[in-house]
Amino acid sequence: MLVLLGIGVVVLGFVLRANPLLVVMAAALTTGLAAAWTPESDLAAMIAAAVATLESFGKAFNDNRYVSVVWLVLMAIGLLERAGLQERARAVIARVRAATVGRLLWVYFFIRQGAAALGLTSLGGHAQMVRPLIAPMAEGAAEARFGTLPDRERYLIRSHAAAADNIALFFGEDIFIAIASILLIKGFLEANGIVVEPLELSLWAIPTALAALAIHSLRLWLLDARLRRTLAKPGAGA
Amino acid sequence: MITLAHAYIVGGLFFAAASLFSFVDASNPRRWLNGGFWGLLAVSFLAGSQLGDLGNGLLALGLVVIATIGLGQGGAETSSAEQRRASAARNGNLLFLPALIIPAVALAGTLIAKETSWGARVIDPAQATLVSLVLGALIATAVVMAWLRPPLLAPLREGRRLIDAVGWAAILPQMLASLGAVFLAAGVGDQVGRLFADYVPLDTRTLAVSAYCIGMALFTLIMGNAFAAFPVMTAAVGLPIVVQELGGDPARVCAIGMLAGFCGTLMTPIAANFNVVPANLLELPDRKAALNGVIRAQIPTAIPLLLANILLMRFLAFPA
Repeated sequence: MLVLLGIGVVVLGFVLRANPLLVVMAAALTTGLAAAWTPESDLAAMIAAAVATLESFGKAFNDNRYVSVVWLVLMAIGLLERAGLQERARAVIARVRAATVGRLLWVYFFIRQGAAALGLTSLGGHAQMVRPLIAPMAEGAAEARFGTLPDRERYLIRSHAAAADNIALFFGEDIFIAIASILLIKGFLEANGIVVEPLELSLWAIPTALAALAIHSLRLWLLDARLRRTLAKPGAGA
Repeated sequence: MITLAHAYIVGGLFFAAASLFSFVDASNPRRWLNGGFWGLLAVSFLAGSQLGDLGNGLLALGLVVIATIGLGQGGAETSSAEQRRASAARNGNLLFLPALIIPAVALAGTLIAKETSWGARVIDPAQATLVSLVLGALIATAVVMAWLRPPLLAPLREGRRLIDAVGWAAILPQMLASLGAVFLAAGVGDQVGRLFADYVPLDTRTLAVSAYCIGMALFTLIMGNAFAAFPVMTAAVGLPIVVQELGGDPARVCAIGMLAGFCGTLMTPIAANFNVVPANLLELPDRKAALNGVIRAQIPTAIPLLLANILLMRFLAFPA
């Protein structure tokens, strides 16, 4: 039971708003010490356990460097921002009269979910698509209708741009048979003596994918209604 | 053959450049901290496999200490608002093309490495997507450099500007993956599953399905990752109760159970790469709050969708 202290450290750390990196390290050390603790443990044994935990954390940190290698895309994205990519995206969308924030994000959601279902999970992402393209386009659509945006609505629109990317990805990718989560399920069931085909698993991800599309479509429609209500006051905007 | 090891060298050089630019940036009062942070990460990428496990652990500890003291925000040398507007007008929609190079190369490289014999000799098929993504990033950078002729150091300066905006959150996903390894070794997952199975009523299909789906979402919320929650909750509730005792179809129960976990991912700041990194990238004012704008935008979709998953599992997963 003592090893659950690590989860307590994670929760407490986020409640206290400590730096999340510190929380993670503290949780790892707590868990390692708790797993090694017995009533007979002396200080030397505890120090040895802390060192062993640091070693296993360090090994995992090195093995997981691929998680952070994606930041290399920032060079190209930064260069394009320098050349006015965001300004261009805003200008393009501002010229499309039918574009509203909700409709634009819906189109992105639909494409992102469909692409993920075909295994194209890399078509999109926060650094590659949302910051340079989708968020400025959505802001541009709102500005074209309502003029200069108050901060509150601007940040709301940006948040929804990121949310559309996440939700479309999560509930699209499992339809593709070779995605990590499908392989994890297959491996887990096989270890428990049950053989399933990846295709069978991905087939049963489709109902949830449709539910996600329906629910989020409604959310985006409500977002448009909310923006109309709060921003289209007489005299406000151009 | 291009492997992940080559990608790590390129990544290490990028972080080393970010570190150097930080050290010489007089406009940042915390330049030593920023320089040290990106410098340690560069060491990890360039020489991590030579450091040994304890060396890597101490390196991670060093990153934590620097991040806890606090990083500053570097002063960026970039174009002015007028220059950007002028460039946007001059170059038009062609500006979108290089941004699409990255995913296009990532996809094409993955397919070529996995489907052709010559491709498997160029790109390591085991890591095809990551290697191709790095290739795509480099090709896109080269295309912009050849086309727009910015100063030679511009890609590194602009990259540093953006990585500084992301800050310490850049390595949170990697740190969480490492925490998962420590949790696994200590048997944390087994304990949670046992607790859940002991104290929650699971007598009917509806109760058991609800407990499994909500448990997946809650445990994902705490751990920040549905992959960590799935083996625990499925071993505790999904497999023994929903499938074996109550007659659920294992493929349907597990497929929908995993997606119930994804609903939890939408609601937690611990899923940093999905919920905290974009808040930083988009410069949201509440990016440090537990429930930042991105999470608040997602919760009203996540909760009805969790309910939908419970209903779908209840009515689809029991064919007999």
